[in-house]
Amino acid sequence: MNELIELFQYNFFLNAVGAAILASISCGIIGSYIVARRIVFISGGITHASFGGIGLAWYLGLNPVFGAAVFGVLSALGIEWISKKTDVRQDSVIGILWAFGMALGILFIYMTPGYAPNLMSFLFGNILTVGVLDLYLLLGLCVFTIAVFFFLLRPILFVAFDEEFARTQKAPVQFLNYLLISLVALAIVLNIRVVGIILVISFLTIPQTIANMFTNDFKKMIFGSIAFGFLGSFIGLLVSYRINAPSGATIIFSFVILFVIAKLVQLVMISVRRKNLA
Amino acid sequence: MKKILELKSLTAGYDEKIVLKGVNLVVKENDFLGIIGPNGGGKTTLLKVILGTIKPVEGEILPDGNDRCIIGYLPQINQIDNKFPIPVKEVVLSGLMSHKKIFGRYNSENKRRADELMTQMGIIHLKNKNIGELSGGQLQRVFLCRAIIADPQLLILDEPDTYVDSNFEGELYEILHHLNSHMAIIVVSHDVGTICSHVKSIACVNETLCYHDSNVISQEQLMAYNCPIDLITHGEVPHRVLKHHK
Repeated sequence: MNELIELFQYNFFLNAVGAAILASISCGIIGSYIVARRIVFISGGITHASFGGIGLAWYLGLNPVFGAAVFGVLSALGIEWISKKTDVRQDSVIGILWAFGMALGILFIYMTPGYAPNLMSFLFGNILTVGVLDLYLLLGLCVFTIAVFFFLLRPILFVAFDEEFARTQKAPVQFLNYLLISLVALAIVLNIRVVGIILVISFLTIPQTIANMFTNDFKKMIFGSIAFGFLGSFIGLLVSYRINAPSGATIIFSFVILFVIAKLVQLVMISVRRKNLA
Repeated sequence: MKKILELKSLTAGYDEKIVLKGVNLVVKENDFLGIIGPNGGGKTTLLKVILGTIKPVEGEILPDGNDRCIIGYLPQINQIDNKFPIPVKEVVLSGLMSHKKIFGRYNSENKRRADELMTQMGIIHLKNKNIGELSGGQLQRVFLCRAIIADPQLLILDEPDTYVDSNFEGELYEILHHLNSHMAIIVVSHDVGTICSHVKSIACVNETLCYHDSNVISQEQLMAYNCPIDLITHGEVPHRVLKHHK
């Protein structure tokens, strides 16, 4: 316990806890949207496409987060646009984009002279080395996401639930879809720093799935995901520090353990309810 | 009676494929129109044009654009994701989207109106339930509440009698008759027998639209418009369909 309190005296640890909180908030909100609208695969495509941007930025000597953001948002808008064309098989296009982004990223990093030491941290993330700039970017994203969902919760929910009906009611379906898919891309890109490309999708789906076990209300699902997201990432952060392992892996690992515990709790709750009924 | 919607020599379709040609239709207030026709005949396309989700290739719809009357819409129930985390009361409120600006809030008057409709439809006890917990008939009632909460002048129902038992079907048409006193109704159905006994007029859609200003369809009409449907009878007629002789 003392050791834990001591940890809070270190700047790197405070940054990491801040990142865990901000990542939980942004992923909790955006992930609930992703899970509810069933666009997990699209989100996976955006994640991997953004690696192309990381590689290109690396090659040009720019900030990789910037490159990832540009690639992420452009591929997100592209996928949303293509999904409106009835004669295109959307999932195949996402598959191509997915692989192409990764290939492009690896190619550029390979072409860059010198060793690329931070490559692993983009693939698996490292919450313990999160800097102040990363925190400010995440904070900005959280503020914007909260504002969007606070003012537009009902239109977002209604359009996600039944787009065809919303269209007949002259709701701004296209605007909302483009806005939300851009937010999805930004949430993915900024959280890559925390859990990495390979694992970011689980930060956007596992806490939501756990919350979804206990509530069917979108709003409660958001708050539940934030809580489970923070619990899992904080435990993962401690384990990562303790055994000196990549934080992305330890965070996802603690999510999965939380998931198993939640599933057991849910099963017990159901059997208790059944007994009470009988 | 006042005209509320008019389609004039309308052609519609997707990309290069034309599905409907030369459609003329006038909908007046208090009309109760049944639309029948084979699969792929263009029923859904016709609805989409009227609802404004696809633009006609040729011809026009009057009144134009923003002057178009408020249309309530009940989609086919299998197009809905019933695992979506949304409670019944929110689904009903979503019918008010056409009245709200994007930042518009939903006030207590809106919520009271939603409660009133849910009480009328007998689903008020399901108000806070998630839509995934509902039966097919209950779900149809929820979507009917959503379709009429904005007080539309025209109500469009796309195959409301699929996935529900005949018990609910009877109740549904009773509700529709009641609603018909203050709004025009268009029902698409492939259950020709049921539809004919409830609607005032019938339109047969198969590449084009043929309008009959009565709810009686003769065999000649069906043959002439190449619109194969099942046998229509009054009362119970025992029957068996045999293969054609070669």
